Amino acid sequence: MASPIEQFQIKPLIPVLNFTNSSLFMIGTVAVIVGGLMLATSRRAVVPGRAQSVAEMLHDFVAGTLRDATGQEGMKFFPLVFSLFMFVLTANMLGMIPGFFTVTSHIIVTFALAMLVIGTVVVYGFLKHGTHFLGLFVPSGVPAWLLPFIVVIEVISFLSRPISLSLRLFANMLAGHIALKVFGGFVVSLGAAGVGYAILAPLPLLMAVALTALEFLVAFLQAYVFTVLTCIYLNDALHPGH
Amino acid sequence: MDPVAFKFLGAGLACIGMGLAAMGVGNIFGNFLSGALRNPSAADGQFARAFIGAALAEGLGIFCLVVALVLLFT
Repeated sequence: MASPIEQFQIKPLIPVLNFTNSSLFMIGTVAVIVGGLMLATSRRAVVPGRAQSVAEMLHDFVAGTLRDATGQEGMKFFPLVFSLFMFVLTANMLGMIPGFFTVTSHIIVTFALAMLVIGTVVVYGFLKHGTHFLGLFVPSGVPAWLLPFIVVIEVISFLSRPISLSLRLFANMLAGHIALKVFGGFVVSLGAAGVGYAILAPLPLLMAVALTALEFLVAFLQAYVFTVLTCIYLNDALHPGH
Repeated sequence: MDPVAFKFLGAGLACIGMGLAAMGVGNIFGNFLSGALRNPSAADGQFARAFIGAALAEGLGIFCLVVALVLLFT
């Protein structure tokens, strides 16, 4: 029987171009987003239809999250945040279709996304505030003797941000898909174990159905958490003072 | 004892941390819910904050999972 982690294997489809199944599904994700949003907004109306309402809901949801975290001046990052949210959400949701490859279950993909966010924060922070941006590491109102320790802790927590941001998304996707495959494997092995065991086989099947529902929740939630944390980190670049 | 056995023991021990992270996440949402039931009108404004706290607490549990996976598969 196939191992539970075989589903994450990267297979080269066009070896000359290094085009793998991961690349294919990344392109598919972008195609779904662009195609869906273009279709939804092609016939714009004052009273939106179903597809247009969905597009408007997604836009307002991300815009509201960004505005709550960074204020009005953070809205210039809206294209970045919206693209990140849509990419992570669509990649997670496409991964839930059986047999499809989950792009976000590879740490290099999520790490690249997290580095994009942190890179934007650092570059924009230094461009806008200069060395003042380093005030991020020096909280105000801390006793002088405590300050060296606090600064060290703040620097470590800043450096661990890209790691925790990427690991969270990657590990959630990985663990969820492994759990689904493990319970799917239970169904097969119970069914093959003989008549006495075969009547128990529907139990792990029920569990797999429940886990699938949970995974859809997690797929949305992780995209949301990724977006919220992105907004909070961007807020640090906009207002570095504590 | 066989060194490989210690590897699996270590992976199992790392998973304890995931249970502790589960307690942390449960604590956050339990307190959020009890606060929300007392003052439902203020609940919506704090929803994102509850998720941020849960995400941070969960992140530490996920580090444990990664430690366990690294021990098992490398």
